[in-house]
Amino acid sequence: MSFKTVERRPLSLAERTYVPQILSGMKTTFKKMVKPKETLNYPEARPPIPPGYRGVPTLVKDPNGREKCVSCQLCEFVCPPKAIRITPGEIPPDAETAHVEKAPEEFEIDMLRCIYCGLCQEVCPEEAIWLQNVFSVSGYTREEMVNDKKRLYELGGTLPDDHYKWDKKKAAEEAGNPHH
Amino acid sequence: MIQPAKPELVTVNIDGQEVEVPKGINVIEAARMVGVDVPHYCYHPKLTIAGNCRMCLIELGMPAVDRATREPIMDEATGKQKINWIPRPQIGCGTNVSPGMHIKTQSDMVKECREGVMEFLLINHPLDCPICDQAGECKLQEQATGYGRGYSRFIEQKNVKPKRTQLGPRVVLDDERCVLCSRCIRFSQEVAKDDVLGFVDRGSYSTLTCYPGKELANNYSLNTVDICPVGALTSTDFRFKMRVWFLKQTNSIDTESSVGANTVVWSREGVIYRITPRQNDEVNDTWMADSGRILYKQVQSDDRLLPAGSLADNLAAASALLKDGGVAVVGSGRSSVEEQFFTARIAKQLEAKSCIVARHGEGDGILVSADRNPNTRGALVTGLITGLPATELTELAADIDAGAVKTVLVVGEDLTAAGLSADQLAKVNIVYLGFHANATSAAAKVSIAGLTVFEKSGTYINQQFRLQKFASAVPGLAGATDDRVVLAQLLAAVGGETTGSDLASVWSALSREISVLDGLAYAQLPDTGLLLDSTAWSGLAFPEGETLHYQPATAEATA
Repeated sequence: MSFKTVERRPLSLAERTYVPQILSGMKTTFKKMVKPKETLNYPEARPPIPPGYRGVPTLVKDPNGREKCVSCQLCEFVCPPKAIRITPGEIPPDAETAHVEKAPEEFEIDMLRCIYCGLCQEVCPEEAIWLQNVFSVSGYTREEMVNDKKRLYELGGTLPDDHYKWDKKKAAEEAGNPHH
Repeated sequence: MIQPAKPELVTVNIDGQEVEVPKGINVIEAARMVGVDVPHYCYHPKLTIAGNCRMCLIELGMPAVDRATREPIMDEATGKQKINWIPRPQIGCGTNVSPGMHIKTQSDMVKECREGVMEFLLINHPLDCPICDQAGECKLQEQATGYGRGYSRFIEQKNVKPKRTQLGPRVVLDDERCVLCSRCIRFSQEVAKDDVLGFVDRGSYSTLTCYPGKELANNYSLNTVDICPVGALTSTDFRFKMRVWFLKQTNSIDTESSVGANTVVWSREGVIYRITPRQNDEVNDTWMADSGRILYKQVQSDDRLLPAGSLADNLAAASALLKDGGVAVVGSGRSSVEEQFFTARIAKQLEAKSCIVARHGEGDGILVSADRNPNTRGALVTGLITGLPATELTELAADIDAGAVKTVLVVGEDLTAAGLSADQLAKVNIVYLGFHANATSAAAKVSIAGLTVFEKSGTYINQQFRLQKFASAVPGLAGATDDRVVLAQLLAAVGGETTGSDLASVWSALSREISVLDGLAYAQLPDTGLLLDSTAWSGLAFPEGETLHYQPATAEATA
């Protein structure tokens, strides 16, 4: 293999004394000593999370406590690393939300696979899946890192929206424009 | 090979393109032939024309002729014959092509018509797409993408209709989603011949319903779900199970009878979710029986024969029994042609009598025939049997009683169901190969677990002597082996000529040894099958009666 010898410029006197280098380094050190701290005592102190941050994906309920997911499986379809797995199920006809007809029987998000891209939230036609501000997820086993439906609702909580799409549907069924 | 007659052609002009299409077809089909899509809901190629959805509106024109002289009127500007365009749009489904007809499918008027029809259809349509099983294969969804407004101008309250009407044991109706195309009604009247559906009420209150006291319970009810262009009719079995965009489609054959309806098996990650018909105009049009759609359940059924022991050990034990002499071979009319070929060769090698068990039922005259074996003809073609099979194996029973038979090789059949007693089974050594456990497999000295039709590939020969192929849709049960491979290895173990067990090698042997299969190869078989020369078996009195696209041979021929 051919190589080329690079000519090095000989060090000047100032460089050989090493004093200017130390001084310029100390300048930065002293300047930072009087400025406010830029680091956090991480686990105790937490950084502010900006709006639109993409953390852990979770499932949410509407203000009336109805689970919003109808298991349309679009998030499962769009998920690039295939982290989402849904088992669709039917809401029994005697349930209060029977008019919604469909709900997930099981909903799993594998946090070891999730890449926090937010496509699931973007694609959801029912606004049921939201990426929250939790960014550090840890566990001792692989199984622990798979969030099941119960855990997803615990993490997600309630979304204060005012669509009430299905409630309006039920109201129309009961009162408005009845079919004879 | 029987060639269809060449249709008479007429020249029409579709969007400025002169094309020759068969005489008598309608504008939708003519446009389809040149790759132009005319959107439609109520039109179905195998049903009568209703013309009620108005989605297929097109512009139509005929060459102008002078009324008095019958001379063509020429257009000065272009030098061609002038076209008289009908000022109002016409429906494409109800208009048959005629010579010189001019059709516009992309004009502004046609586009406006489609947008108008879509807006009316969507007025009362519920926002159910996230929970609707049709989503992904819904015509309304597709056309809304092309011709929908994107928002609604409708400020009044939407209609409310029943959402979960059980029309029959297998069909659920959501009336709000119905676009009143009447395909299901026409199907029930014309194909299933069970006129139970109809519309009641008028205008936007129109509702699909069953006649009082009746239900949609016939064996073809699920075809209404297939032809429903929207998600109004849904299958109880498939409802809310899986979204269609996840499902892989594999071509298969319905094994419930010798009709051999062409099917598509829909699976995801090795699990089958549904079976739907596949169009074959020579066999099943676009229909299939409900009874054939639940056959996928045999893949995960409780009575599957689970693999026990290694295949090598089982084969060694089986070949030791078979080589001992006094063998009878009971093949199956449910095995593929390739498996029957190997079974026949094993029987020949061992100089054993071979037979198959016939299964008879009542034919319904549509797509379930009296012969409930999918491949009786295959057994004839491969030489496994020479005459028609019987439902009872009386000859085998007599041989066992006489002590002439020491070992029976059984492929997939239950001998107790074929008239043998448990005592008779106990007298002989049984080698069983099949996918489901039964009294015979329980009594067997060696039982080898095989695969269902959904887990293997091969061919069947249906009642028309049509050779049709099926492909494996899902991976086989862990530890079970493809029946074809087992039989090929068993043939080699008993000293027969070894042929590769892969489909290509089997087919090179089949085409070499069986004259009616001469020159055929599995990979070259068309999806809609190949009609074989059946003259060698024209003297046999097959049990089938008339079914769709099948006429039994005349009485003189069968006598």
